[in-house]
Amino acid sequence: MKKSLFIGALTAAVVTGGVAGAATLDDVKARGKLNCGVTTGVPGFAAPDANGKWEGFDVAVCRAVAAAVLGDSEAVEFVPTTGKTRFTALASGEIDMLARNTTWTFSRDTDLKFEFTGVNYYDGQGFIAPKALGVTSAKDLDGATVCIQTGTTTELNLADFFRSNNISYEPVPIETNSEAQQQYLAEACDTYTTDASALAATRATFENPGDHVILPEIISKEPLGPLVRHGDNEWGDIVRWTLNALISAEELGITSANIGELSGGTNNPEINRILGTEGNLGEMIGLDAEWAKRAIMAGGNYGEVFEKNIGENTPVGLARGLNAQWTDGGLIYSPPFR
Amino acid sequence: MATLTDPPSSGFRLSKLIYDTRYRSYTFQFIALMALVALIGYLGSNLMQNLRAAGLNISYEFLGEPSGYDINQRPIEYDSQSSHMRASIVGILNTLIVAFLACVTATVFGVLAGVLRLSHNWIVSKLMAVYVEAFRNVPVLIWILIIFSIMTVSLPGPRSFRGEEATSSMLFDAFAFTNRGVYTPKPEFTNPIFTSGALNWLLVLAVLVASWYGARAIGRWATRVQEATGVRPTTWYLTLGVWFVPLIALMMIMGLTWVYPELKGFNFRGGIQIRGSLIALWFALAIYTGAFIAENVRAGIQAVSKGQTEAAASLGLRPGRIMNLVILPQALRVIIPPLISQYLNITKNSSLAIAVGYMDVTGTLGGITLNQTGRAIETVLLLMLFYLVISLSISAVMNVYNNSIKLRER
Repeated sequence: MKKSLFIGALTAAVVTGGVAGAATLDDVKARGKLNCGVTTGVPGFAAPDANGKWEGFDVAVCRAVAAAVLGDSEAVEFVPTTGKTRFTALASGEIDMLARNTTWTFSRDTDLKFEFTGVNYYDGQGFIAPKALGVTSAKDLDGATVCIQTGTTTELNLADFFRSNNISYEPVPIETNSEAQQQYLAEACDTYTTDASALAATRATFENPGDHVILPEIISKEPLGPLVRHGDNEWGDIVRWTLNALISAEELGITSANIGELSGGTNNPEINRILGTEGNLGEMIGLDAEWAKRAIMAGGNYGEVFEKNIGENTPVGLARGLNAQWTDGGLIYSPPFR
Repeated sequence: MATLTDPPSSGFRLSKLIYDTRYRSYTFQFIALMALVALIGYLGSNLMQNLRAAGLNISYEFLGEPSGYDINQRPIEYDSQSSHMRASIVGILNTLIVAFLACVTATVFGVLAGVLRLSHNWIVSKLMAVYVEAFRNVPVLIWILIIFSIMTVSLPGPRSFRGEEATSSMLFDAFAFTNRGVYTPKPEFTNPIFTSGALNWLLVLAVLVASWYGARAIGRWATRVQEATGVRPTTWYLTLGVWFVPLIALMMIMGLTWVYPELKGFNFRGGIQIRGSLIALWFALAIYTGAFIAENVRAGIQAVSKGQTEAAASLGLRPGRIMNLVILPQALRVIIPPLISQYLNITKNSSLAIAVGYMDVTGTLGGITLNQTGRAIETVLLLMLFYLVISLSISAVMNVYNNSIKLRER
């Protein structure tokens, strides 16, 4: 009896001090650094450059949030995560937000208790195959050996695609993108499947990118976006509206070049509200008036970030496509700043 | 006669728990146990508390839901509509397959290398020393990756087997060595009476077991004759007959044919595919652990006193027979206990399979299932349970064997 009493008292005493606080914003400010989960390295999306500085499309989101919250786009601790470790890292509080080509799905949003704060890239799963194979459609891949990055939604999409088309395949699960690339180039698999954007990024690093085709079929919807933990809506709001600020900035024509001039005051009230010269949006979100201005200055607006990291003039060479502004026939759309 | 301690007084005082040597060890063990229980209790309740705070719970319902993913190496019927439970079982079987193959191969490598390392031939013994030192001093993960990379890069893809100017060709038109694995012919039974696959192989197994008993009976009969007459009858043709005649007869009845692998579409089809990932994992584990076993074997042999060898030699036994009949049986009692832990190591190290994409239980249950369901704690607990059960089973079986070869003192 003594024993159980002792343990009970001990556990009760310790547990009360346990659970991490919900106020992520305060934690980040106190730390002076934003812990942001990214990939272990997908060129264009998140990869360290020659000097070890992280760069990319997802990295830009982290930097924008850090600029908005801490006033310094460099105050980010990038935590490389794999497809397997990313959710645990976020749920345990090791990272404050995750910007890692993560597909927004029902079960991740609800069952895993995460909050997706928007979509920064509309993607879909595709296939890459050597031209010499003579395949023109993914439906020709009956019996093929398919390399696939394990621990992602792509595995499920792949199984569904082949099942619904009633053709067979041999999956070769691979842990990382670089290993998959090695297997694919050694012809240990006929085709490699993952998000089409990542395929383009991977192909850009090949010796002869022209020898490989990305097949026309896109077999899934993959809305990729940053996400945070359930339970801290204020923090979720900050990440969501930082992304929206970048998107709205492109729509309204705020660029890193003219932002200094525009923040002197314009006759467009929405621009003024975003840049903090009118209204008190910053206060509502728990930040100062110039939060969005800093976020945009960190790497430019959405369009600038896109063109700089993965646009058509980069080795990755992705067209805007679905990721054009809604005014240009794309899906990128921000709710109004009001 | 002087007593070293005072006779114990009849009353029990609390201080005795510390100062009385009869109780002191129990006291400390009890305190250590309490501390351990308290620590586990703290960790457990901390976990539950944090899970509750995050709005999560512990539930194993996901095991019944469709898994949604495919597995390439399926010892049992499985597709993406099967449950997570079944996916885990496929993973477990794959783990057992590679663990079994690696244990057998490592034992063969280890015994050979251990015996040869003691050879009087300088080159042979030094070669074995190099093998042991090189392989056991490099992490097994590196060996797995090296073997896999070498296979991937050096062996041809299936495409180079195609066309008029094929750069590669099949061995005896039956075996194909590709960077996706090795394809071998597959036995199939065509007799319409024997259609059930599993039952057929059980039948084969039953015949083999019967042959084994037959061979043993012949051996015992030979021993009886030898004891009675002093001359051991020649039995090798009888043994050979007992092993092969029933098996071949059964194969004829069941209509055995070989299905050869053929290049169709993207891949070889028909036949058995031994995947590159299995080969890499199997051989890496076997050569790595084999190096450790070699040292165990050497230690075991050197533990048998030299007098045994000399006594056997003076009876006129040849060196090969000395090793087989005198040294190894005595060395086994030193070799087996560390061998058990090497087998356990192989089984546990097989969880490195994911490095080469071999779908063992860590890859299915602890990999894709964990990822798709997000049930990290549940799946990891299941994994721990599985490895625990397997390791304890191997220990139990090997301990039974160890007891059977122990020196019996009369």
